[in-house]
Amino acid sequence: MMTILSFINYWVVVVLMMIGFYCVIARGNMAKKVMGLNLFQTSVFILFISAGKIVGGSTPILREGVEMYSNPLPHVLILTAIVVGVATTAVGLALAVRINEAYGSIEDDHLGDEDDGDGQ
Amino acid sequence: MTITELMPFSVLVPLIASLVCALLPGRFWPWAVTLVAVIVSAVIAAFTLPAAAQVTLSYAFGNWPPPIGIEYRVDAANAFVALLVAGMAAVALPWAKKSVDKEVPERQGAFYALFLLALSGLLGITLSGDAFNIFVFLEISSLATYGLIAHGSDRRALLASFRYLIMGTVGATFLLIGIGFLYIMTGTLNLADLAERLPEVRDTSTVRAALAFIIVGMGLKLAMLPLHLWLPNAYTYAPSFVTVFLAGTATKVALYVMLRFVFTVFAPDWSFVVLPLSTVLMILGVAGMFAGSWVAMFQPNIKRMLAYSSVAQVGYMVLGVSLVSVIGLSAAFLHLFNHALMKTALFMAVGTVIYQVGSARLKDVRGLGRTMPWTLTAFALAGLSIIGVPLTAGFVSKWYLIQAALDQGQWFLVVLILVTSLMAVIYIWRVIEAAWFQERSIKQPDVGEAPLALLIPTWILVALNFYFGIDTRLTVGGATAAAEALLGGGMTP
Repeated sequence: MMTILSFINYWVVVVLMMIGFYCVIARGNMAKKVMGLNLFQTSVFILFISAGKIVGGSTPILREGVEMYSNPLPHVLILTAIVVGVATTAVGLALAVRINEAYGSIEDDHLGDEDDGDGQ
Repeated sequence: MTITELMPFSVLVPLIASLVCALLPGRFWPWAVTLVAVIVSAVIAAFTLPAAAQVTLSYAFGNWPPPIGIEYRVDAANAFVALLVAGMAAVALPWAKKSVDKEVPERQGAFYALFLLALSGLLGITLSGDAFNIFVFLEISSLATYGLIAHGSDRRALLASFRYLIMGTVGATFLLIGIGFLYIMTGTLNLADLAERLPEVRDTSTVRAALAFIIVGMGLKLAMLPLHLWLPNAYTYAPSFVTVFLAGTATKVALYVMLRFVFTVFAPDWSFVVLPLSTVLMILGVAGMFAGSWVAMFQPNIKRMLAYSSVAQVGYMVLGVSLVSVIGLSAAFLHLFNHALMKTALFMAVGTVIYQVGSARLKDVRGLGRTMPWTLTAFALAGLSIIGVPLTAGFVSKWYLIQAALDQGQWFLVVLILVTSLMAVIYIWRVIEAAWFQERSIKQPDVGEAPLALLIPTWILVALNFYFGIDTRLTVGGATAAAEALLGGGMTP
């Protein structure tokens, strides 16, 4: 029981990742797909941040009397990854808006079928 | 200024130029700035290759010594791929002017800015020696690519772009998970440093999972068979110039990243043992060769046909990798280069047809062999290269692939390669048959030959296909040096 609890971050990562991935695969609505993607990415962020934590460590700021501190590198990496994630979400939602303008729907299931010519 | 200090500028010049480009109005200046930036980048890449083949170049950003800072680490393998990417962009850009004017008439500043971002992202992936940096550049190039594809005039371009965004982001996030696992186990992100520290911890499930995540993630970006679903639509509905550029570069860079991780970081004597990579890659490669060629034979749209053919060609490269020998890997690199040449030439010829006729459907190409002889002859000659007729670049890479297969006594692979080449004959022949042996119906408008601005770059690429089919010093030399750099100096499993 203790081992499960002490790895609670990683359990959260796995659960979030699966929820996000399921949304991406199973949902037809494009906005929901993008949100699922977001959740999926966020779970990876938590994975990185958890890895940077050191038990008993302080915040990574140089000051008197602090010997042990958390690893700051994952934080910085994830700051970049968050920016990437936001950009992806923005592009995805912008595309969804354009698709809504062009097709009048963002339900992915049947879009594109009615276009004639060289489809599929 | 030494070549080591100059080398990062092949990434930085397009990156900076993209900012300038985004602000420029009109149609001429964005293109001109892009052209200059791309040529500078290609020239730097061309100087980097000979230098990197002799000694591994290392540039530490901000003067932070690696492994703490971000390092650009260039050996023969990176330099070869970087030269291919920058060179293809430089050849494609003179062609782009007319085609883009027609297909993307408005806001060209933004369009070319996206193109430059995609280019600098791809170059950044190849040159960087830092795992996380590779992820960031991968996302830069991917996001720019989604934007470029969405510029297609057909509304299905938006759908294609959205689906690529979903699959591409999942792939990139898989890469990030893999990199995260590696960082957790070793505490470093520098590729060379990773390679040194991994042997101590590599018998753990975390490292095995990292390898699996990275392979699946990059397999998505590289359109390896079951993960290729984004590619046909993206290539079909993107503007012609974007297709020309992507077909020659994007999947190649993804393949390079996969090879860099599998061979340099994980070392082939571990990665090919702990997972049955050789078998899996061989099956997927062969399946890709067959499925791609098979589906290509029935496509009514030439652009989509060539896209499926790309899936098949990726199969050849993956097959070369799966043989895990210097000659197999050389064949993969060789095909990576030669496929870029021939697919770019083919897509340029199709793009020229689209420029004149407005469509790439097979029935709209009927009878064009007589009215647009130069365009369609270029298509036919580049088609010879993709089939693998002797004296063309395609023959050289298939020859090496066959040799690599025979080297390991896998003669059945030779049969499979020949059969899929015959399938290529069929799909290329369908276009030739429509263009020369069918009459143009009266309802279809008459068109003349395409402008020289489109024809000349196309023919330069066709000529390169034949040049590299005869004089193989640069390609075979470069590919062998790249393979040896990845395998650590001629090591065999």
